[in-house]
Amino acid sequence: MKQVKSYTSKDFATDQEVRWCPGCGDYGILKQVRDLMPELGLEREKTVFISGIGCSSRFPYYMNTYGLHSIHGRATSLATGLKMTRSDLSVWIITGDGDGMSIGGNHLIHLLRRNPNVNILLFNNEIYGLTKGQFSPTSEQGKQTRSSPWGTVDHPFNLSALALGADASFFARTVDRESKHLRETLRQAHEHKGASLVEIYQNCNVFNDGTFSAFTDKERKQQNTLHLEEGSPLRFGDPEKPVVLTWKNGAVGAEEMGASDPGSHWIHDPYDRAKAQALSRLSDDMTYPRPFGVLYREERAVYEDLLAEQQKVIAPKRTADDLDALISGDAFWQVGQ
Amino acid sequence: MKAGSKDLAKATVLFAGDSGDGMQLTGGQFTQTTALSGNDLNTFPDFPAEIRAPAGTVPGVSGFKIHFGSAKVYTAGDQVDTLVAMNAAALSSQMDQLKEGGLIIANSNGMDARNLRLAGINEDRDLLGEAEQRGFELVSVEITRLTKEALKDSPLSNKDKDRAKNMFTLGLVYWLYDREPERTERFLEKRFADQEDIREANIKVLRAGHHYGETAELFRNRFSVPPADLAPGRYRNIKGNQALSIGLITAAHKSGLELFYAGYPITPASDILHELARSKAYGVQAFQAEDEIAAITAAIGAAFGGSLAVTASSGPGIALKTEALGLAVMLELPLVVVNVQRGGPSTGLPTKTEQSDLGQALFGRNGEAPLPVLSCASPKDAFDVAFEACQIALEHMTPVMILSDGYIANGSEPWKFPSSSELPEIQPPVHKAEDGDYTPYKRDEKGVRKWAIPGTAGAEHRIGGLEKQAETGHVSYDSENHQQMVRERKEKVERVAHGYAAQEVSCGSKKGGLLVISWGSTYGAVRTAVERLHKNGIAVGQYHLRHLHPLPSDLGKLIERYDQWLIPELNEGQLLQLIRSTYLVDAKGLNKVQGVPFAHREVEEAIVGMINEKK
Ligand SMILES: Cc1ncc(C[n+]2csc(CCOP(=O)(O)OP(=O)(O)O)c2C)c(N)n1
Ligand code: SF4
Ligand SMILES: [Mg+2]
Repeated sequence: MKQVKSYTSKDFATDQEVRWCPGCGDYGILKQVRDLMPELGLEREKTVFISGIGCSSRFPYYMNTYGLHSIHGRATSLATGLKMTRSDLSVWIITGDGDGMSIGGNHLIHLLRRNPNVNILLFNNEIYGLTKGQFSPTSEQGKQTRSSPWGTVDHPFNLSALALGADASFFARTVDRESKHLRETLRQAHEHKGASLVEIYQNCNVFNDGTFSAFTDKERKQQNTLHLEEGSPLRFGDPEKPVVLTWKNGAVGAEEMGASDPGSHWIHDPYDRAKAQALSRLSDDMTYPRPFGVLYREERAVYEDLLAEQQKVIAPKRTADDLDALISGDAFWQVGQ
Repeated sequence: MKAGSKDLAKATVLFAGDSGDGMQLTGGQFTQTTALSGNDLNTFPDFPAEIRAPAGTVPGVSGFKIHFGSAKVYTAGDQVDTLVAMNAAALSSQMDQLKEGGLIIANSNGMDARNLRLAGINEDRDLLGEAEQRGFELVSVEITRLTKEALKDSPLSNKDKDRAKNMFTLGLVYWLYDREPERTERFLEKRFADQEDIREANIKVLRAGHHYGETAELFRNRFSVPPADLAPGRYRNIKGNQALSIGLITAAHKSGLELFYAGYPITPASDILHELARSKAYGVQAFQAEDEIAAITAAIGAAFGGSLAVTASSGPGIALKTEALGLAVMLELPLVVVNVQRGGPSTGLPTKTEQSDLGQALFGRNGEAPLPVLSCASPKDAFDVAFEACQIALEHMTPVMILSDGYIANGSEPWKFPSSSELPEIQPPVHKAEDGDYTPYKRDEKGVRKWAIPGTAGAEHRIGGLEKQAETGHVSYDSENHQQMVRERKEKVERVAHGYAAQEVSCGSKKGGLLVISWGSTYGAVRTAVERLHKNGIAVGQYHLRHLHPLPSDLGKLIERYDQWLIPELNEGQLLQLIRSTYLVDAKGLNKVQGVPFAHREVEEAIVGMINEKK
């Protein structure tokens, strides 16, 4: 019988010095991922981290698994090729908001529609970190950066809506500061069979400090965040006097929890596409809090499984004789002896 | 008039008609039958860029040329002996290809006022009369009417009856060149196995055409091209893209790896995708990616995972792959990249052939990023080149570029194919768990690193596009180390040349006089030209360059044996620059970028011109 290896978090650390800026949100994410690996029972040699380019994309160097630090925007397509040929591997993609949504936006949506069983950790810091502070496709309109001295006029992407539009089978949001939530969200992403996209709000304390403070500051987060739990009502605000969201014939409303009719409460069902769509747009204008947790999930056939099924119905031709038949074709002729 | 029979050493036939007239199929059938009759041959289709150009117009003309003979045939022929023209557009646009006194078989039903108008020709003109006046032998046949007549009892619709007329033409041409229609009958039986009416109609019309040749006494001569004296062995007819695909599958088998192919549709490389997509049974995974960047990066991902990874495209797509190709150089993973060249720059001439991406292949990457570059000389050669490219990529852990082109991709010729047992096993330097510690960039005596594939315990490692420390592969910004790694990668690629056989001329004089250096698909035209002139006592030889990088180490010595050098290329002199700067010789170029291959006459004139100039 094969011996099951038992690892600890330390086994997933490499001898390379971690080189993010002191205080960068990436550290917290790295810690949670290292802690999670042994909990998931993953074997080092069967796990691959693939990244593009950006601060976040340095991640694979710090994980003692197989790793590939590729080129800007292409981690998703490298991972697709790897997963198609090696369905036995656990594949983790590390990307940034620029890497995954700007230069690599095309590959991201195509990966989502194909739905291979991989996990995508998109570190969204709403800025280009590595190139020192230009606006990214998620930077809010009007943001002043070195490349937008008068403020950007670009309308930003809403990643959750983008993912749903691309038929993602799993989308969740979490944030670097909430270590437990982060780890649990990643666990669910791993457990989902199909492409799991996790947007991780990540603080870049050098070029975009505090962008997510509305969701992380002790005083403000109760009002501004909505924690999604399957089967529970969507409530937020003061725990003593929570507000609950209501869902009546597709119309969203909010009521004081105590004073409301439980029948009208919006109970979180991540399998409900219409509700997920509403959740993805809920806080566009900040009238409602921002949802964290699994917004949407769906059981959809996995790309590499579909490929394997096709392969199964085709009688294999793998012998030398088969090869010779391919080389000769069926219209050959003999000259001389 | 009863036709006399005439033996020919070689003949060139051009089938030309509207895209909807089935000329490619007609040409393909004529080719198979000709190959089975033992001729050497070479074919080239010439189809329109538009998928459905308006019927009857000149842009809608689709042609198929076949050059066959009882002697060796190296090109699809310069001038045409027999032109089969199904309509006015085909006749008017292709007539100039005929040799003096050549034969025209014209479908007179396709030459009426309507067809003239569609072809943009004044309705008052008498195209057939003009052809005769120019001294061509004209055989005018009411092909459309005769086809319908042969099918008067068939239940097919008028339109379907009309579509069978290419079979009448084929039957007639079979008769003219003394060929039996049986093979095509068998083909039709198979192709239309469950469409009885269409099957019967096509066979009937094919026979009617053949019979018409026999009874109508149309031709002055009937021709016979005896079998060629080919080396003993088993032969098949093969197209370039097909040979290349089979070469890739063979290499995967011989290395014990799975073949992963990723591509994005582009002319003239798409047939490689099609061919491999239907080869799943052989363990091939063909992936149609969202773009060329995704294709090559998916291939690199598969290479990291231990597959034999391949991607193919044409110029514009290769341009998109460039950055990732640099990554493959840096990672030192095996990867084969095929460029089926077409006319450029930009979208250029998608359906026409050119050799203008040599510079791109050799130098088109940022940084010092050398990689082996091989070129195919002809359709069948694409098999050997594909196999060798995989062998180099896997055994030297490097991306390799193959240069083919539109002429090779779609052209065909008989191929004396090998048995798989004659081919060598390919041995990639795979690191096994029991090999102990793994150091990602530690090199062997050939400068090659080991390939540790995910799943191998104890060999977990991280690699990337950043410069890495020698041996360990850790990220390193050290300046001395960078210099060292640039050299190590370069030397590794240069050592590939140690595996080449000794270089020799392909034909003609072995020393002294003029050396013509060919590469890629100019092989055939140059070979024909040099053999003809050499036979007439002219001191000229041909050297064909397959390995464009690294260059063979003994090539300099070979070049020194001659006094003059000519380099014909379908570009503005890209190999010329390389040869001049590498060997410091005063080589001259013969350059053509018209979307068509060289005619051997053009090469002959250039050779003779250069020699005369020197006298
Ligand atoms: C082809 C290419 N273009 C541009 C760059 C420069 N570049 C490196 S990282 C980056 C943006 C990174 O932003 P993001 O993905 O958000 O990652 P972060 O650094 O914020 O984690 C850019 C533009 C590059 N490396 N390659
Ligand atoms: S620049 Fe920003 S994202 Fe990059 S390492 Fe520093 S703090 Fe982190
Ligand atoms: Mg960023």
